[in-house]
Amino acid sequence: MSRPEDSLPPDLFYNDVESRKYTTSSRIRNIQADMTHRALELLDLQEPSFILDVGCGSGLSGEILSSVEEEDGGPHMWALERDVEGDMLLADIGQGVAFRPGTFDAAISISAIQWLCNAETSDVSPEGRLKRFFDSLYASLKRGGKAVCQFYPKNAQQRSMITNAAIKAGFGAGILEDDPETKSVKVYLVLSVGGGDVTGAVSGMQDVDVYDSRRKERKRGKEFEKKGSKAWIMRKKGQMEAKGKVVKPSSKYTGRKRKTAF
Amino acid sequence: MKLLTLNFLTCARKACKTSAASFPLHPREAELEQVELDMNPQFIRNVLPRVEWEAMRSISQELGLPSLPDTAPGPEELADAEGGPTQILKDLHTLLMETTIASGKLLCANCGHEYAIKEGIANFLLPSHLV
Repeated sequence: MSRPEDSLPPDLFYNDVESRKYTTSSRIRNIQADMTHRALELLDLQEPSFILDVGCGSGLSGEILSSVEEEDGGPHMWALERDVEGDMLLADIGQGVAFRPGTFDAAISISAIQWLCNAETSDVSPEGRLKRFFDSLYASLKRGGKAVCQFYPKNAQQRSMITNAAIKAGFGAGILEDDPETKSVKVYLVLSVGGGDVTGAVSGMQDVDVYDSRRKERKRGKEFEKKGSKAWIMRKKGQMEAKGKVVKPSSKYTGRKRKTAF
Repeated sequence: MKLLTLNFLTCARKACKTSAASFPLHPREAELEQVELDMNPQFIRNVLPRVEWEAMRSISQELGLPSLPDTAPGPEELADAEGGPTQILKDLHTLLMETTIASGKLLCANCGHEYAIKEGIANFLLPSHLV
């Protein structure tokens, strides 16, 4: 089955027939509702909050939330039949979200942001759209605010494109995968304003394995071959020799620890 | 669109991002509608510090609503001795959450662009030459 984003832009894809599925199909409604609850669990809100729901569509997630603002780009998906307490806005999130800085306590997005990786017109690139979206989202959240975006990455490349755009905007980012390696894997991008450690979002949850790729990379860089160490000196000498330069022969004294003179 | 939302919306154009005149957006030909909503005192307490009171006053004036006090109510004015809602809290709720613009236009003072509101939903889609 081909992916929706590969066939049409969202405002054309979500016509009456497709949109009805989000209002009537109980399977779709249940999946969307589960993902909304999971996202809320990750947000861990302590009090009634002002939330932005990005790509709210027919307001499925909005029914579960209350006191929200919602944005969507497809007229047929508007929550006109649903009893949604929040305000709806028709907008293209690739153009950014137009709110004052520090407006929202949190943001949530279910099954929406993968559409940003598609650029229908030639004057905008996916990177440009992602940048504008995440930059403006970052600004519109308060200090210490959080955002959780469930999305469907087409491949690993799209996944890292989206995650990197969020990190470049200043977010601390992590990806939560529900049912990894299965067909029904659900990917949640968990973001925190301020670029700090995001693993706190899952600290209370069971059955969550944390893979911290940051620490591994740092170790490989510095601790294995520190600049100025004997191993580094030997490597540099080998490089210069390979280049054809004159290099003194090595001995047991090469790179030996000297007694500090001062 | 609730008046609360209007207090946070700015013009979506990139050119207006750095200008102070792009907030607040000014309602024109607005048709107001009162929508009943359950009051959530904690939410109002949470959101009130973020509300731009001056902008709220000028919007209120433009819409022809009763004028608001010079400064925003403080947190102590929102709950009475027993912890119940005060009249001020109820008035805030009516103003921010229940007063909505059902149709009309939102004007940016900086670039002059008008965003349309239909059935309570504002259209912020920009043609590519305006983005």
